[in-house]
Amino acid sequence: MADTQKNGIPVIHLSNINRVYEMGAEQVHALEGISLQVARNEYVAVMGPSGSGKSTLMNIVGCLDTPTSGLYELNGINVSEMNDNELARVRNKEIGFVFQTFNLLPRSDALHNVELPLVYGGVPRDVRRKLAREALEHVGLGDRMHHKPNELSGGQRQRVAIARALVNKPSLMLADEPTGNLDTKTGDEIMGLIQELHKLGNTIIMVTHEEYIADHAHRIVRLRDGKIETDEKTQNGKAHSH
Amino acid sequence: MAIAYFLVELREGLAISLKALRANKMRSILTTLGIIIGIVSVTLMATAIAGLDQAFEKSISTLGADVLYVDKYPWFSHDDWWTFRNRKDITLAQEKVLEQQSTLAQAVSAGIGWVATVKHREKSTENVFVNGVTADYMATSGTTILQGRNMTEAEIDGSRPVCVIGFDVSANLFPGEDPIGKSVKIAGHTYRVVGVFDKEGSFLGLFSLDNRVVIPLGEFTRSFGVKRSLQISVKAPSVQELDDTKEEIRGILRKARKVSPGAPDDFAINQQEMLTNTFNGIGVVVAAIGIFITGLSLFVGGIGIMNIMFVSVTERTKEIGIRKAIGARRRTILLQFLLEAVALCLLGGIIGLIIAFPLTFLVDQILPTSMPFAVVGIALLVSILVGVVSGLLPAYRAAKLDPVEALRYE
Repeated sequence: MADTQKNGIPVIHLSNINRVYEMGAEQVHALEGISLQVARNEYVAVMGPSGSGKSTLMNIVGCLDTPTSGLYELNGINVSEMNDNELARVRNKEIGFVFQTFNLLPRSDALHNVELPLVYGGVPRDVRRKLAREALEHVGLGDRMHHKPNELSGGQRQRVAIARALVNKPSLMLADEPTGNLDTKTGDEIMGLIQELHKLGNTIIMVTHEEYIADHAHRIVRLRDGKIETDEKTQNGKAHSH
Repeated sequence: MAIAYFLVELREGLAISLKALRANKMRSILTTLGIIIGIVSVTLMATAIAGLDQAFEKSISTLGADVLYVDKYPWFSHDDWWTFRNRKDITLAQEKVLEQQSTLAQAVSAGIGWVATVKHREKSTENVFVNGVTADYMATSGTTILQGRNMTEAEIDGSRPVCVIGFDVSANLFPGEDPIGKSVKIAGHTYRVVGVFDKEGSFLGLFSLDNRVVIPLGEFTRSFGVKRSLQISVKAPSVQELDDTKEEIRGILRKARKVSPGAPDDFAINQQEMLTNTFNGIGVVVAAIGIFITGLSLFVGGIGIMNIMFVSVTERTKEIGIRKAIGARRRTILLQFLLEAVALCLLGGIIGLIIAFPLTFLVDQILPTSMPFAVVGIALLVSILVGVVSGLLPAYRAAKLDPVEALRYE
């Protein structure tokens, strides 16, 4: 299932990525010489202690930030030198974000939150509604469409966020500590959902610092001090359902 | 496609901004207060200026545009009044000379006025403007008869005791009666009413043009027993030939009044244009003051909007981060916050119009007018403009936010 070169072109191709921050007079090397490939329908966990550079890596992979040097190709397209507007377009079409704190718009109901990527994609209203409904039904929230985030439980909020991430059928879902704000039981449910989405063919990269969460993935990339420490396959997701 | 996309963005932006305003009702209303005051003053100012214009237009039309008025004094002058006071009077003889010698003049009449009390039996009306005129006065004054008839040339030339009364005089002295053929008493003399003038309104809201009585000039001098300078009215063939007519009568008058060559005129030829020019000058000053005051209040209002928009951007940094992560472009965010500022200002504009509307009735009491329809458009346009100008900087700051940092903001 996780063959590395399915269509020849990997979803993510990072080559010698560096990211340097200027902190006053000092230079901080958040990432140093990262090279990484993620194939279609892979399920990768990124781990590492805080300060290891995993957030920076996520930001670059998610096209929220650009590398100081190095090449980043997303579906074979060089995005490392794109301008703000081009990056926004790539984020809109190719990437679905799931955050630890859900990051839903508090004043909008679930349906509108899920609709939002389609709004920015210029999709007409009726098509938008239909797709957003389907996405919400898919994550089991067909009966919660008009609830505002504060009327939903944490698990439900994260489901809305996942529906939003996938409504545009992106090439890649980026999950940043998706269970970090949830209790164990709810967290497991969310992990189950992510697993299911993976089985349906989605490519997933997930940041976590919990081993048992990372074990759901098929591959674990460990970072330390801005470098890749290890990059190994797990015993495969199906064997590790915890 | 691009337009469709923009419309989708616009719609979303509008929905967001309305949601934001609703979420902060109190704050929105307070912020918009400056705009409300600005729009109220814009509206009232525009209404007042329109009223002033209308009143002037109406009043000035009672003075014919094609009529020249020969007086001892110019209507507007910076010179000392005493220099005019020593001038020779304008006389009936000079009117006759003009009548005979002018080739351009269509009609020439002389007139003089005084204020008196007019009585009919036990009824009386005060402060009536009594006007002594010569035969051609109907042609030079442009007034029309409502009821009865004008005085005949024979009556005027023969100084018969007849009169034509104004609308107000008729209403005061003959309520519910036909005044024609009845007699009125002016300064001890009795006159028979032969006609009533059409209603003409007031001159610049200052005095009524309907509170008057017109009698033959000979009767006037007999009744009031004073010989004062007359006013000669000369009707030109057309407005275009006004200047030629003016030159011609100047020449005739200089000769008739024996003004030596090279000496300045010892009379004044006035015309409607002088009033118009003076009024326009006043109008410009009033408008300038109005624009300054309203501009100031809108400026203060705009600063309030800008301030609250900066607060709004800071408060919603996280939201901006989320929207950017999901694919909102700079332009999208810019539009969203601009729309919010515009919506805020439009809200102020609409409230301002609602407040101003009843206030225009107050203006109406002083200057008969109504709120010009264009003012509504202007007020709304100004609101939008203030919104765009004051929203631009905060919206730009929002659009420029780095998504990574915005997402991290708590």
